[in-house]
Order: sequence, then structure tokens, then C-alpha cells
Amino acid sequence: MNDTPDQRVPALKTMYRFQWEPAQAAHVLLYPEGMVKLSGSAGEILKRVDGQRSIAVIIDELKAAFGGAPLDDDVRNFLAQAQSNGWITL
Amino acid sequence: MAGLPSDISGRPLWLLAELTYRCPLQCPYCSNPVDFARRSDELSTADWMRVLNEARQLGAMQLGFSGGEPLLRHDLEELIGEARRLGYYSNLITSGVGMDEERVARFKQAGLDHIQVSFQASSEELNNFLGGTASFQHKLDMARAVKAHGYPMVLNIVIHRQNIDQIEDIIRMTIDLKADFVELASTQYYGWSKLNLDALLPTREQLRNAEAVARRYQEMMKDRMKIIYVVPDYYEERPKACMNGWGSIFLTIAPDGTALPCHAAQQLPGLTFPNVRDQSIEEIWSHSSAFQHFRGFEWMQEPCRSCPDKTKDFGGCRCQAYMMTGDATATDPVCSKSPRHGQLRAEVERIASLAGSSAPAQPLVFRNSRNSRALSPPVES
Repeated sequence: MNDTPDQRVPALKTMYRFQWEPAQAAHVLLYPEGMVKLSGSAGEILKRVDGQRSIAVIIDELKAAFGGAPLDDDVRNFLAQAQSNGWITL
Repeated sequence: MAGLPSDISGRPLWLLAELTYRCPLQCPYCSNPVDFARRSDELSTADWMRVLNEARQLGAMQLGFSGGEPLLRHDLEELIGEARRLGYYSNLITSGVGMDEERVARFKQAGLDHIQVSFQASSEELNNFLGGTASFQHKLDMARAVKAHGYPMVLNIVIHRQNIDQIEDIIRMTIDLKADFVELASTQYYGWSKLNLDALLPTREQLRNAEAVARRYQEMMKDRMKIIYVVPDYYEERPKACMNGWGSIFLTIAPDGTALPCHAAQQLPGLTFPNVRDQSIEEIWSHSSAFQHFRGFEWMQEPCRSCPDKTKDFGGCRCQAYMMTGDATATDPVCSKSPRHGQLRAEVERIASLAGSSAPAQPLVFRNSRNSRALSPPVES
């Protein structure tokens, strides 16, 4: 069901590996011969991008985790940016 | 080597494991030292396992298995497995010679993340001439196998005067092979390629044409394939930020365990590089005099010392400074502020005039054991 934009299910492209790096105290995206160090909020969003959860579910989970803060647009904007960077499919 | 953010330096983020100098190819632009045949000693599997562990603990994330031809190491599968267990993103940098589809599958099972296959050219004849071996058809097969097994694939083609005019054919070949990234890597002039500089440096006109073609395909392919094209720095006015600064994020381990801030550094005089057989990676990275030597800015002379760009380009390449001025602490002559920049310009002009003349071209010196021994005295150990 892809009736509304928030029902789309983001997935990380196979080229990328997402993981926690203790030495950086940050999540990172690793890809052929390169890497991106992610901000805390980017890490929290991408942690939930698994090809199963829809954008709506990710937003709900983050709200629950972060005291109901109004982060809907931040999440949508970040995922749009991640798509245009080629990190995820939507 | 692209894509490393600069705000996290201070740790060896990139570990380049040069597993062996042995190689079935003989490319005349090889970046291995000219005296490689005098350095046949290789680390054991157990040594490499320890190196992978120690560097990972220090924070290394990207791991390149390189050489020579890393496929010649029979413990490669084992090392890939350990790299995966440790959490590295592992890159196999290979000619494809010595690989078959079964091995491509085994690497995947062991946890290899990415395979970079090199081509020498887009025509069988030139590819096989430059590599000194009939490898072209096999490379095509291996590139297809890499894609069939679901790896991201980088195709790397070293670009120089002998193949630069075929750049459009080269790019079309990489499109046909469905590469994810294409590195059109201008030859950098160290080691073997420095010996062959007169035959390899493209002319300015060749570069202009090649760049226009590369830009056109970059635009055309931007949603499907990333094309990286960098002009040779001999034609630049600002030096490259070589290795992102000495001892900043890159750590190379040579086949015999010598630890280097870059794979060309062994030519620099007055430095004794530590060996992983004698010291831990932590001791080497944080405390060895060789890794401290050009770290930061204290070692610089003018015009680097007071230059606002020193935090961006780190004075350029130490090896290039040494090769062109005899002083490894000098400003890289690529920089227009270097007092030696004019000499480099004159050298480039001299070579360009050779390219246009009808005089017989200097024969290429191929990278093989015979030439290596003939060109270098035995190494004292």
C-alpha cells in the first residue's frame, strides 16, 4: 500500500552498510572506499530504516522515543535527502 | 579513496593491507616500489590477523586488500572472514587475474563487501599490452561475476597518454559492465610510472578532450553510475591534499610488515619505518618517529608555513617534493607558490613536446622481477 507518501517503506541500498562505531561514538554509513559519519538524529532515523517499517511507523517510533517532539517534517526531509544522496530507496 | 570526512582525523580510518608484491601483471605505471623484487618477504596469516585486530581497535573502518595481486594469497578468504567479524568494510582491489566465479562466491560468503576490478584499457590489444598478459577477456568475465554475485563494483582504469584518447570507449565499457563507480585515475608519478613519465604523461590537449568526455558522461549517467575523474596534478596550480595529511587517516602495511603513512613513502630518506612484527599498531600510529615526522605543520618551510591553505592541502605530497627538489620538507612543486613550480612547468612542456614529435618513443619499462632487480641494488636488512 503506497497511498500516501508516509506509507512508503524506505530501504538502505545494498551498497551501504550502516553500523555503530564506538571509536567515533556515532553511526556511520560505509560504502566502497568511503564513509559518512552521521549526526545523532540521522543515526536514529537510519537505525529504523530496514525495508519493513514505513515512514509513518518510523515517525511514530521516534516520537515515542523522544517524548512526542514534533519531528515529522525533519524525518521526511532527512529521508528525502538520503534518497537524493543515493543511500536509500523509497 | 574519496569520501572520507575530514572532521574525524587522528585515527587510522583507512587500512591498506598490501598482502603481496607478487603480481601476474606488469603495468608500467605500477605504484609498488621499483625494488619490489628485493622485498619478497611476506607476513604470515597470524601476523595479518593481529594487524587487522589492532587497527580495528584503533578505529579503522575501511580495509583495502591490495598488492601486488592479493588473490595470490591463499589465506585471503580467511582474512576476509576476520575482517567481517571485526566490522570492517572490506574492499578487494584486484586485477581479476587469479579469480574465478567460485572464488567470487566464496569471498561473498566470507563477508567481502566490495570488489574493485582494474582494467588497463577498453581494447583487448592495448589492455593486454599494458598489463603484459592476456587478461582482458578474463577481466570482463570477472566483472560480470562480481555483479552477478551482488557486490557493488568499482572499475578502476589508470589513465595516461597511451589510453587517454580512448576514454569514451573506456566509459562505455564500464556502462556495459554495469559498474556502480568508475575511477578514471590519472597516473600519479611515483615508482614505475616515474620511470615511464615521458611515455605516460598526457598532453594538455589530450586532457582537455578527456575531461570534456568525462563531464558529459558524468551528467548523462548521474543517476546510475558515479564517474570520478581527476586530472594529473602535474597540470594543477594547487597541490593535492596528499593522504589527507601525513599520519592523519591512512595506514599502509607493506607485504613485509613495514608500516607506512602512504604506499610510496619508503623512498623518503632519513626515515626508519616501523614494522608490525616489532611494534603494535597503536605504538606505530601514536608514537613512532616516522608517523610523527610530517604530522601537523611544524615541519613546514615557507611558503607553506604562513600559507592559509596549509590546513587544506598540507603542503601537498612529501614524496613529490622530495623527487622534484631533493628536500622532503619543501613545498610540493605542483603548488604555484613553490619556488620550483616553474621547473615543473618546464618539465611538463618538455614531455608534451616529446609527445608531439616524430622521434621514436622511449620504450616502456614494464613492472616485473627482472626489471626490478636490474634497476635496484640489493636491500640491506
